Amino acid sequence: MSTTHANAPVTEGHSFKPALIDSFKKLAPQHAVKNPVMAVVWLGTVLTAIATLAGWTTAGFGWSVTLILLVTVLFANFAEAVAEARGRGQAASLRRARKDLVARRLDKAGKETTVPATELRPDDLVVVEEGQLVPADGEIVEGVATINEAAVTGESAPVLREAGTDRSGVIGGTKVLSDRIVVRVTAEPGHSFLDRMISLVEGSNRQKTPNEIALGIVLAVLTLTFLIVVVTLPFIGGFVGVEINVVLLVALLVCLIPTTIGGLLPAIGIAGMNRALKANVLAKSGKAVEVAGDVDVLLLDKTGTITYGDRQATAFHALAGVDGTQLRQAALLASLADPTPEGKSIVKLAREKGEKLVDPEQAHFVAFTAQTRMSGVDLPGERVIRKGAIDAIIKHVKSLDGHVPAELEARVNDVARKGATPLVVSDGRHVLGVIELSDVIKRGIKERFARLREMGVKTVMITGDNKLTAANIAADAGVDDYIAEAKPEDKLARIRAEQAGGRLVAMVGDGTNDAPALAQADVGLAMNSGTQAAKEAGNMVDLDSDPAKLLAVVEIGKQQLITRGALTTFSLANDVSKYFAILPALFAAAIPSMAALNVMNLTSPTSAVLSALIFNALIIPALIPLALRGVRFKPASATHLLRNNMLIYGVGGVVLPFIAIKLIDVILSALFNV
Amino acid sequence: MVEPLLLLSLLLVVGWPLGRYLAAVMRGAPMRSDALFSWIERPIYAALGTRPHVGMSWRGYAGAFLLSNLLLAIVVWVIFMTQAWLPLNPDGVPNMSWDLALHTMVSFLTNTNQQHYSGQAQLSYLSQMTGIVGLQVVTPVMGLAMVAATLRGLFGGRQAMSQDSAQVKATDAKVVVDVGNYWADVTRATLRFVLPLCLVLSALLTWQGVPATLAAGPVASPVEATAEFKEQKIPLGPVSPMVAIKQLGSNGGGWYGPNSTVPLENPTPLSNFLEVFAIALIPVSIIFMVAPFTGRRKFGAMVLGTMLTMSVLTAGISLWSENNSATTLDVALMEGKEVRLGAEASALWASTTTQINNGSVNLMLDSSAPLTGMMSMINMLINAIWGGVGCGLMQFLVYLMLAVFLAGLMTGRTPELFGRKIEGPEVKLLAILVLLQPLVILGFTAITLAIPSITGNSNPGFHGISQVFYEYVSAFANNGSGFEGLGDATVWWNVSCAIVLALGRFPSLVIPLAISAMLASKRRAPEGSGTLHVETPTFALTLIGIVIILTLLQFMPVLVLGPVADHLLLTELLAR
Repeated sequence: MSTTHANAPVTEGHSFKPALIDSFKKLAPQHAVKNPVMAVVWLGTVLTAIATLAGWTTAGFGWSVTLILLVTVLFANFAEAVAEARGRGQAASLRRARKDLVARRLDKAGKETTVPATELRPDDLVVVEEGQLVPADGEIVEGVATINEAAVTGESAPVLREAGTDRSGVIGGTKVLSDRIVVRVTAEPGHSFLDRMISLVEGSNRQKTPNEIALGIVLAVLTLTFLIVVVTLPFIGGFVGVEINVVLLVALLVCLIPTTIGGLLPAIGIAGMNRALKANVLAKSGKAVEVAGDVDVLLLDKTGTITYGDRQATAFHALAGVDGTQLRQAALLASLADPTPEGKSIVKLAREKGEKLVDPEQAHFVAFTAQTRMSGVDLPGERVIRKGAIDAIIKHVKSLDGHVPAELEARVNDVARKGATPLVVSDGRHVLGVIELSDVIKRGIKERFARLREMGVKTVMITGDNKLTAANIAADAGVDDYIAEAKPEDKLARIRAEQAGGRLVAMVGDGTNDAPALAQADVGLAMNSGTQAAKEAGNMVDLDSDPAKLLAVVEIGKQQLITRGALTTFSLANDVSKYFAILPALFAAAIPSMAALNVMNLTSPTSAVLSALIFNALIIPALIPLALRGVRFKPASATHLLRNNMLIYGVGGVVLPFIAIKLIDVILSALFNV
Repeated sequence: MVEPLLLLSLLLVVGWPLGRYLAAVMRGAPMRSDALFSWIERPIYAALGTRPHVGMSWRGYAGAFLLSNLLLAIVVWVIFMTQAWLPLNPDGVPNMSWDLALHTMVSFLTNTNQQHYSGQAQLSYLSQMTGIVGLQVVTPVMGLAMVAATLRGLFGGRQAMSQDSAQVKATDAKVVVDVGNYWADVTRATLRFVLPLCLVLSALLTWQGVPATLAAGPVASPVEATAEFKEQKIPLGPVSPMVAIKQLGSNGGGWYGPNSTVPLENPTPLSNFLEVFAIALIPVSIIFMVAPFTGRRKFGAMVLGTMLTMSVLTAGISLWSENNSATTLDVALMEGKEVRLGAEASALWASTTTQINNGSVNLMLDSSAPLTGMMSMINMLINAIWGGVGCGLMQFLVYLMLAVFLAGLMTGRTPELFGRKIEGPEVKLLAILVLLQPLVILGFTAITLAIPSITGNSNPGFHGISQVFYEYVSAFANNGSGFEGLGDATVWWNVSCAIVLALGRFPSLVIPLAISAMLASKRRAPEGSGTLHVETPTFALTLIGIVIILTLLQFMPVLVLGPVADHLLLTELLAR
């Protein structure tokens, strides 16, 4: 999992007070009916209150049950409120960014007028200069600028945005740090990126996902089933003279219906979106997050995802008769003043191999140019050290009347065949050897792909490299397949082919030419640095612009579903023990031999019912952290995951409440002597 | 313990080849006996106006199933109400009342054979042979046809199954899923599978002494003759063919009212063994059919393994309860017990007959130990431990889909069955089935118990609850066995049971077929290590867990008030 979200503007935890107030507000009937399971508990509360007032049961017991039921509803509301509050904290900081934006709009004649940002329409042109805030989402049509996007991404390092490139998108509310840009507005007021983000994180009009709807049906049916069980019970019991109090019936009903998962379901949904946001991924819908869990194939760009993206020195190959140290020192000298990443990596490698030379005095650095295709250093005493492409160095050495050993070409070919780039080093008239520059594979990526494979997710690498290089990197990184010399349309074709085979495909993209593929993919993760077209086409945006984030998104999606499934199982498994607590209590008065079923040896019928109800209520807040965080997820095969989760939440769900209810009973009888 | 083990091993040994043969029959594969059967089948197809190789959509298939049931219903109901005037009535049996005829018709139409009449006294030979035996032959085959069609749907329809699964292109949503030809399925399975088996069993039973005649029965004088009871008419008839189909077709409605407790229906220990064996034979063969029929050997093995595990588990408890539980040891409790064949044979039959959904009896459950009765109820509530012909596997598929839904979520993917997603619309249909069972069974049990004038049971107290509950459970499961001791030949019992019978049969056969066809039209994802495999022991255990939990949660209160309280009370009385 990515851990690069330390700066994410997510307010954690400390918002319990508003959440508490919200829990009471959510008691309003129009909110209560949205959740059928908890609505039944709420109705039960009212019913027990009426029954107690009417004197159908002892006041002490009646009010205790009523109170516990009310608290159960409040706990469920609280779970939802806490999840919402977390999002709202983030929304508040986003809102501050949106507030009072002013725009300098250009009309057709190029004249500037200052207008409030809310008056901007798509295709308006606005000017933004150093120190000003970008008034709306748009695309740079003129100029280059560094921009601080901290308000949106929480990342304080400035980013470069430039017209006519794949990094031309700007977000309203972000700050231009340098230069002047002209931006073409792309979003309607109220539909900007920020607006969308705010409404998403607040979870205000959250759409239920397909899986959530399906699970909702299951929970509603279970609730109805138990309603039937409880409503028919007094008639069946009446035949053998068992009179069952209405308060006891409500207690039984509430214990049986899946209140645990029912109470936590909205919180789980909101928390899933928040978890994605915490990883700085903005999903356009909750569905997108869940679909990520179903993905079978990941299309990954090589650069930035699998490799660091710049070539780095990985080995020195000295020619026959040349000392290794001689080559390394020459390479080091030629690169000391070289500002390119390649040059720096040569210095780093040489230092690692033990070369301790420092920058000599009076050295003259010769920079790389497209004409010479080599760089190096001129030292006092006519010492000319160069590094560069083989043909450039051969030309250079020959011009000094030097000799090019026949061995060189073979060495260069060896390196090239590995998919690496050879760089030849010469000192004066002598060719010393070859530096191997390779595309370095990111650390840990191989293990990550292995984990994905375990989860049944196939990885496909996309690269512009030739087949040889691509095959080598693919083998090193452990991807399942690769597309070499890829053109943008290859991505689209591959996605269609995989989808025709019934697989769900996820991909990352940033350029405008990625847009069709992003739209076609089941999960399209657009880079925040990318063009507006790409961001519109995808169904998620990564604010960190880190292509490797796709892997985290898959895990979040899976975790989301597992959390729901596990808590449903747990909720159902709990019912077994509740039956053993309540049924003997229910029938004890009329049928003394029922005491044999009181396997937990609970003190009294009253205490048994109250203990079961208290457990039923307390388990909701106890599981709020789990609902918000998601159950622990270790990538593994489906069978393995099922086995683990069944053991923890199924078997554990049967056993745990037996112990907990007994414990509550002991405490109750000690404290109140019930 | 010899008999249960012998029974089980024999079932597995015979069921395996029989299942392979049945798969070939249901696939419509060419076979050597084609020449023999096709000259019977061709005229039938011509009369039905169907071309046997042309497939149907799920709507067409279900429609044909419902239409054929409706037609049979009308014919049989009329025969029962007019039998006195029709031929083949040597004993002069009168017409049936409308409600008893309705109940009897629905009961046999739903492959249940719950009997509120006493066979030998209230049905003419014509009624027995058409309404009873006719339906006993054809209704199990209908269930078999429905489950075959559902399996075709689950694997993408006949088109997809006939090709190599690897080469199947993404199914075009507009293509109607071909689930087979209903008329051809029923005809082939009846002629090539069920009737030959009946012939063999009937011959064996006749050899053991079960009557097979069309003559009127003899008159005998009782040992202790009194003024009112000077002579007894011994009813005979074509008993052995009927007993054969009654046992084989998960029917259970005997020629005689007391069923296989009557020596004439079940004369010897060997006949007893044969009859128990016959109960399970076709349902077990159907499970063996799954693998060759669907081409998924592991799936077939999972279904077999799961059912076998549950079967051994519940049969074990029944046997223990009848032999060893606290309520079996006392002589005072021996009233009504089956002593001719013994406790073990009784419990084994009780367990088998309710697991298989047959419903024939060789003991009176009313007199068995309360916990034995409870296990029989649980078997019927689950209704998927082997289960009735076709219906058992169908119910198993329903549990399978429920388990896939829950287990699928726990593996972090949208639940998929054989690569096809189970989503909102499918869950909604499943929800109807989940809800229907408690609604119907508990609803009618509560109404009946709450109004003493309609209850009509012979026992007050907990045992009375068991009697009423059992009757509706048996009706809903289309089992047909009775706890007995119930004055159930009343208008209320007849009509309410007829409703329960129909609700237990038709939705549970049609809805899974509809779901399978909905799944078949979805995009099929390849199965990998990330997708849930239903063919693993882990999943099988999950499935068993879900079956037990679901049944327990829905029916534990009434089971506690009925058999459990009964057991506790008896234990307490014995202790004094």
